[in-house]
Amino acid sequence: MHEVGIMQSALDAIRQQAVKHGATRVSRIVLRIGTLAGVDLDALRFAYEALAPGGPADGAVLEIESVPARARCASCHAEFGAGRGFIFQCPHCGDYSGDIRAGRELGIARLEFP
Amino acid sequence: MNSLDPTPTLAESSPDCRIHALTGAATGLSRELSAPLSAEISAALAASPGGEIAVRSVDVNIPLLEKNDILAERNRGYFLGRGLAALNLVSSPGAGKTTLLERTLDEFGRRTRCAVLVGDLETDNDGQRLSRPHAPVAQITTGTVCHLDAGMIARAAQSIDLDGVRVLFIENVGNLVCPASFDLGEQRRVVLLSTTEGEDKPLKYPPIFKSAHLVLLTKVDVADLLGFKRELAVENIRRVAPQAKIIQLSSRTGEGLPEWYAYLDALVARR
Ligand SMILES: Nc1nc2c(ncn2[C@@H]2O[C@H](COP(=O)(O)OP(=O)(O)O)[C@@H](O)[C@H]2O)c(=O)[nH]1
Ligand SMILES: [Mg+2]
Ligand SMILES: [Zn+2]
Repeated sequence: MHEVGIMQSALDAIRQQAVKHGATRVSRIVLRIGTLAGVDLDALRFAYEALAPGGPADGAVLEIESVPARARCASCHAEFGAGRGFIFQCPHCGDYSGDIRAGRELGIARLEFP
Repeated sequence: MNSLDPTPTLAESSPDCRIHALTGAATGLSRELSAPLSAEISAALAASPGGEIAVRSVDVNIPLLEKNDILAERNRGYFLGRGLAALNLVSSPGAGKTTLLERTLDEFGRRTRCAVLVGDLETDNDGQRLSRPHAPVAQITTGTVCHLDAGMIARAAQSIDLDGVRVLFIENVGNLVCPASFDLGEQRRVVLLSTTEGEDKPLKYPPIFKSAHLVLLTKVDVADLLGFKRELAVENIRRVAPQAKIIQLSSRTGEGLPEWYAYLDALVARR
């Protein structure tokens, strides 16, 4: 699983941001993760618990905003969410769409410094 | 300080103190202060006679995998600059990546120079299988890492002679989950689904199929024997990954290989 690597780069970036904002620690971390990003949120939280201690994110609250997947219909241009199993089928035309407009997000949205 | 920006958060409970986000407006859920933070603020307020402290909330919008993404873009530029097409082959273990590449090197590779970077957790067996005098091959042994990343590709690509190479095949570690998140700098992502797996694999692993430019339905020679319903598999791929081209092939009988080689020819012609 690659959640450990993702959390490692998150913590590296957070350390840099703390320095940039003249803070020694961060109190809240908000991650934004799309449902298509292929990230297991439990594994990510587990990696956080394991990696955060001793660094500026030690004791910070980890909040994860899940971004639902959305696609756009090539025929009628409607934007719609994924059905079961991440299948994008236009509710108007019945066409399947591969034009994904949201759901691949994987990043740090916001940090709070005390 | 921006006086228009976010609403003070603790002002109600204690009228003579203010907490004010300096940058980055908080919204919705995030307005609520976390328990440890509230405790810290209360402590700080108790300790500060003026009663004013600032909590800074910063919208940072930092994409993760950042390092990998930067290295992947660098690889892409390097490959483009050399005029070679890089393909990232991803599948479950045993779907037939190495076998397809062996035959591709023996046939397509005779007229168009190819190279291979092959990743496995352990052993260089696949690298050995792929070794041909006319095709440079590098084995990447990842140890415990279940996917290739752009840094490994950069190092592996530099370890072989890419002179005259037009097509670079990258055989990823057998895994349908993690490789989805790691851009290697390839021009085309190729996902293999074999008839020895279920027809519903695309429904079970949508992210990797959604990221595919091409899906190869492999081992079609044994489909009937196994009772594998090719049409159902194709329909499932179309539903999950309508953007992907689909080629059905067998590395054993050669069925579908001309279409695969034509796909490669078209890629090379674009360089
Ligand atoms: N029947 C049949 N077997 C195949 C075909 N391609 C590969 N195999 C077999 O599938 C097994 C795994 O193939 P391999 O290429 O090592 O898979 P990889 O793990 O994806 O590299 C081997 O025993 C191959 O002989 C095919 O087109 N037809
Ligand atoms: Mg192999
Ligand atoms: Zn539509």
